[in-house]
Amino acid sequence: MALNQSDINSYLEKQKKRQELIHYFVSFVLMILFTVLAFVAVMLRDSINDYLIAVFIVTMAVVQVVFQLYYFMHMKEQDHGFPTLFLYSGAAVAFLTVISFVSIVWIS
Amino acid sequence: MTTSAITVREEKQGFLPWLWMWLTTVDHKKIGILYLCGAGLFFLIGGIEAILIRIQLSVPQNDFLVGSTYNQVMTMHGTTMIFLAAMPAIFALLNAVVPLQIGARDVAFPFLNALGFWLFFLGGLILNVSWFLGGAPDGGWTAYAPLSTEFLGSGMDFYILGLQVAGAGTLMGGINFLVTIINMRAPGMTFMRMPLFTWTALITSALILFAFPALTVGLFFELFDKVFGANFFNSVNGGNGVIWEHIFWIFGHPEVYILILPAFGVISEVVPTFAKKRLFGYTSMVFATVLIGFLAFMVWVHHMFTVGLGPMANSLFAIATMAIAIPTGMKIFNWMFTMWGGQVHYTTANLFAVGFIPTFVLGGVTGVMLAVPAADFQYHDSYFVVAHFHYVIVGGVVFGLLAGLFYWWPKMFGKFLNEKLGKVTFWFFFFGFHVTFFPQHFLGLMGMPRRYFTYLKGDGLATGNMISSLGAIGMAIAIILLLINIVMTTANGKKAKGDAWGFGRTLEWSIPSPAPEYNFAQTPLVKGIDPLWKAKMEGSHKVTPAEPLGDIHMPSSSILPFLMSLALTVASFGFIYADQSGTALNAGSLIFAGIGVALLFLMMLIHSLKDDHGYHIHKHEIIEAEREAE
Repeated sequence: MALNQSDINSYLEKQKKRQELIHYFVSFVLMILFTVLAFVAVMLRDSINDYLIAVFIVTMAVVQVVFQLYYFMHMKEQDHGFPTLFLYSGAAVAFLTVISFVSIVWIS
Repeated sequence: MTTSAITVREEKQGFLPWLWMWLTTVDHKKIGILYLCGAGLFFLIGGIEAILIRIQLSVPQNDFLVGSTYNQVMTMHGTTMIFLAAMPAIFALLNAVVPLQIGARDVAFPFLNALGFWLFFLGGLILNVSWFLGGAPDGGWTAYAPLSTEFLGSGMDFYILGLQVAGAGTLMGGINFLVTIINMRAPGMTFMRMPLFTWTALITSALILFAFPALTVGLFFELFDKVFGANFFNSVNGGNGVIWEHIFWIFGHPEVYILILPAFGVISEVVPTFAKKRLFGYTSMVFATVLIGFLAFMVWVHHMFTVGLGPMANSLFAIATMAIAIPTGMKIFNWMFTMWGGQVHYTTANLFAVGFIPTFVLGGVTGVMLAVPAADFQYHDSYFVVAHFHYVIVGGVVFGLLAGLFYWWPKMFGKFLNEKLGKVTFWFFFFGFHVTFFPQHFLGLMGMPRRYFTYLKGDGLATGNMISSLGAIGMAIAIILLLINIVMTTANGKKAKGDAWGFGRTLEWSIPSPAPEYNFAQTPLVKGIDPLWKAKMEGSHKVTPAEPLGDIHMPSSSILPFLMSLALTVASFGFIYADQSGTALNAGSLIFAGIGVALLFLMMLIHSLKDDHGYHIHKHEIIEAEREAE
């Protein structure tokens, strides 16, 4: 029984979908975990340095945003060049604005 | 001909069908004309306000417009000219030209396009009816808080809500053109083959996308402060007025590049066309445009040098500001090198383009002077600043827009503007402009402050102000001549061919004038920069088509954009009259506002639920229409 091309294609398609589902699950569980970790970090604020907690929470947030964009909003797939470009240039502009506020504008 | 659906649709005569056609249109060319009419109307209103200002300032201790009246006229002049004249005039050209230049049949979101126009127009009306409803805004076009939120009357409510509505329209327009330019280019039109006007439209739209949300947020803060008693800018309760300045200029600086970039684009189209040479340094022009767009977000503090943000912030933003002179200088030299060795034809459009170059350079030079913080402490809020920004906005944007208007008028309306009258218009405008604004540099250096309604006899400011006011008459004559020109040629103008000027280079000149409603009977195949010029050099009249002739799918008209904007206008008036300056809110007005918002959501629901598949123009109708246009 020889395999024909359409069988192979549908098998690959299925595999891809299964792969995607696993990605969804893993990133979903990780995101919940990160959220819990962020709460835990705040609960332990008596024994951990405040700045460390802040850096930790922001890091968790950034990772979650990346998960959200790449796995749930399909930025990792093809033909997403322009959304990516605009997201990053928007983020860059916002980052520069914020960094100039906290570094040079409000201190003097 | 009666068999043709196109002509059948246009056969309905009379005023009401005509009005209905304009209210419901989603055709980008018609929306372009609507934008032009709206911009023209507000340009005239703003121009009359300018004349009133110049009358008041023509002699010392004049009492023509005193105190708050002067403040209202001055505020409305600035606000109208920036938001209601220059912005929509740019959208007029974008709508009229960009889809044609990229070989598209329409914009990406025709419905959104119509909505954007009606929001702008009704937003403009909200602002302007304030004259009759208790006084216009009088806090300056920058509406600095807490002055505008705590110390002024209901005029500022009209400012906040009017700009909020008009700004929403602009944001929609920006998104629409981003998607149009990225997604709807004809086959073969890569990014580096796009005409430069389309490039500047793309960068301008990106700037709108990133800059306008800052204005929206800022205006909401002011609305909450003023109407609902919030404390964003109230220092007594822990707010901070400087935050408004930051928010406003984070929006406001990109805004001026939103205005000037399309003007650069127009010059980059007009100069090569009438020099019969391709644009010198195309790649560097694209690079300069992108760089200007990027730097636009990094310089807002140069409007705030005197706030006291410290030497570190001031010097860094000064350097960023001066850096903008580099890409702008590249553009200036590229235009001059384009003309060098070309066969320059001085049509009216080209006169405006050539007049633009030295005028804009003057404005740029004073810009670099103002970028020096130590010097800016002297110039700040003086007439030197007024002279500077009129040199870049009038000498830059308006010259560019008028060049574009004369250049693309045949494409928009199928008739030429009168060239002789146009040239007279140019000389009146050019000299009127310089006579008006050049003396203002010196008035500023002599100490005349901006926004004051009078000055004393002994101040030595009388001569300069008198000259300046006389110059304004020149500009007024120019605009009246332009209006006469428009009326005359509309009635009895020379008809334009497809390639109206005879040496068109880009795709918009490859189709009949005015463009048929489907734009391109066959989508063109683009093989390089300036596809039409390339085709003509290869001995063919037509650009190679990329597809066989077939039925064309078109979006259907809709009254919903107009009704949606009307609903938002109702809501805006509700919020305006809810404000009772400090005391409890007017509940009736808030209910009125709620009704407006509910109507808006109802309209959105109708639009979402109603299936509208548009209609088709059939092949035989296209063949007929094309034959007629020959």
